[in-house]
Amino acid sequence: MTKRFSGTETYVATEDMKVAVNAAIALERPLLIKGEPGTGKTILAHEIAGAIDAPLIEWHIKSTTKAQQGLYEYDAVARLRDSQLGDARVHEIGNYIVRGKLWEAFASDTRPVLLIDEIDKADIEFPNDLLLELDRMQFHVYETKETINARQRPIVVITSNNEKELPDAFLRRCFFHYIRFPDRETMQRIVDVHYPGIHKRLVQDALTVFFEVREVPGLKKKPSTSELLDWIKLLMVEDIPPETLRTADARKLIPPLYGALLKNEQDVHLFERLAFLNRREGR
Amino acid sequence: MFINFFLELRQGRLPVSLREYLTFIEAMRADLAAYSVDDFYYLARACLVKDETNLDKFDRVFSQVFKGLTPAEGEVAEIPEDWLKKIAERLLTEEEKEQIKALGGWDKLMETLKERLKEQKGRHAGGSKWIGTGGTSPFGAWGYNPEGVRIGQDENRNFRAVKVWDKREFRNLDSDVELGTRNIKVALRRLRRFAREGAADQLDLQGTIRSTAKKGYLDLAMVPERHNAVKVLLFFDVGGSMDPFVEVCEELFSAARTEFKHLEYFYFHNCLYERVWRDNRRRFDAPTSTLDVLHTYPHDYKVIFVGDASMSPYEILQPGGSVEHWNEEDGATWLKRVLTVYPKCAWLNPLPPEWWEYTGSVRMIRQLFAGRMYPLTLDGLDAAMRALSR
Repeated sequence: MTKRFSGTETYVATEDMKVAVNAAIALERPLLIKGEPGTGKTILAHEIAGAIDAPLIEWHIKSTTKAQQGLYEYDAVARLRDSQLGDARVHEIGNYIVRGKLWEAFASDTRPVLLIDEIDKADIEFPNDLLLELDRMQFHVYETKETINARQRPIVVITSNNEKELPDAFLRRCFFHYIRFPDRETMQRIVDVHYPGIHKRLVQDALTVFFEVREVPGLKKKPSTSELLDWIKLLMVEDIPPETLRTADARKLIPPLYGALLKNEQDVHLFERLAFLNRREGR
Repeated sequence: MFINFFLELRQGRLPVSLREYLTFIEAMRADLAAYSVDDFYYLARACLVKDETNLDKFDRVFSQVFKGLTPAEGEVAEIPEDWLKKIAERLLTEEEKEQIKALGGWDKLMETLKERLKEQKGRHAGGSKWIGTGGTSPFGAWGYNPEGVRIGQDENRNFRAVKVWDKREFRNLDSDVELGTRNIKVALRRLRRFAREGAADQLDLQGTIRSTAKKGYLDLAMVPERHNAVKVLLFFDVGGSMDPFVEVCEELFSAARTEFKHLEYFYFHNCLYERVWRDNRRRFDAPTSTLDVLHTYPHDYKVIFVGDASMSPYEILQPGGSVEHWNEEDGATWLKRVLTVYPKCAWLNPLPPEWWEYTGSVRMIRQLFAGRMYPLTLDGLDAAMRALSR
């Protein structure tokens, strides 16, 4: 019986997320995770690995990453150099095959969790190039003419920030989960998990301010869970009393230590302008 | 088992294929959603929806299929018996099953249900008659209501299970994809065609190996860098009826500009005549002759027109029909010239395609372009790029 994922001590998983994760684990299909930045997509893979006690293999995708790099790379230059130097290793081509992350995952003794992080950063053809490999969990090494089969099908978690559309053929092979922005209740649980023993009222008030900030129209980048956690940490470190957060005084519209919540100059300006307007009205 | 649901999803314009359906069945067989309707819903969602913009559509279909929400005609919805049974089996405790038996077994229960359904036809509150009696009815948790409360209005419902999809939390995500610069770039990328040109400055690994093997010593071979070699001519319609679309055109333009190395753009007004211009402020004193454009850029340029093509038919067909100057030759002649010089042509129209048929000039231009007119949406852009790169 495979272990089931049901959140961990440091991660609050919603019901729908658990179902999606467990389905992906049980049916051995890749799980595609999307959601606003900062809602814990990458962390999820870490937590799954922790929860079911599996090794985690991370493959971070950049705009220059090619699908082939995940399988293996043939270091022809090294071989050429060795041949010039008369190294004996040169006769065995296998010496120059460098394993990629996918191969690593396929060759793992225990069933690993493979995280393909931010797949949308790569070229549009990238997902298509991995179709067969993720479907059958095997690939062919042309240089040595061997076929690599996965010992156990790894649990594949793929995250995307939606910068590019993923091809249909690729999507069809995945389970999909969209991490919705947590509601107040879930948020409270998340904060509790991260900062146990924190002043109840501080959290209450911080959450109120946080959701108010998110409601402000026209924000370029809405603060997300990870920003809230940073902010609360700062509030704790600075020992800000809850009363400061609760002032309904419009003059103090800008929350203390706003730098953790607002990451954009325009947003800060927007806030200052709003505060200014409020002050004028208040007169 | 859930064929009906599957077909409804397809009818609801969700891009589900047989493959997803089979995955879903496989998941059901693996007992992944064994004990709760919520899980069933989540599982179905994870299997069948692959894009957050479709989540809302999915919720609506789900709620319609599994609640038996009656369509507008007011007929009682057909509920496949087997899934009711299935769900009920999953939902009920042993005790409740006993109770059902006491009622005369499943078939009897279904009979009663059908009778009640008939009774309740056309009434709204009737649902409570058997829903939730003592909380043991399988239909209670199911929130089955033959009258079908409109989706999204029943926030106060006690049934948690139903609420999950009735909340329609993904409403905001289901927008007809807006064109952002980033999206446009992705669409334009379809046009890319890589070629090697310029100075040789990259190591050609294959070539190096080959020539080294041939010569017997290390011999480095270099190749020029690969880059996008597609050449594009853009013609923008400006002024007048195009004003509402300035923003979307600007986005398209800025995206196109960074995407292609060879991009030439010109402006025209309403229809193409003997002159075009590059700078809108100097459209009258610094025009470019259209003939010069045709003679300057070779045939392998791809041409994209952007305009609403809405004008008086005379502007296309009649010499002298232009609204701002005397044109010796009619617009159609000029368009045909462009089409002969550049076989790869497309027209992007910011008007929604539903309107095209109602404007004579749009129809005409579409005919001139042999149907290669596409709406200025992501899908349209995609189709246009596909047509251009064919």
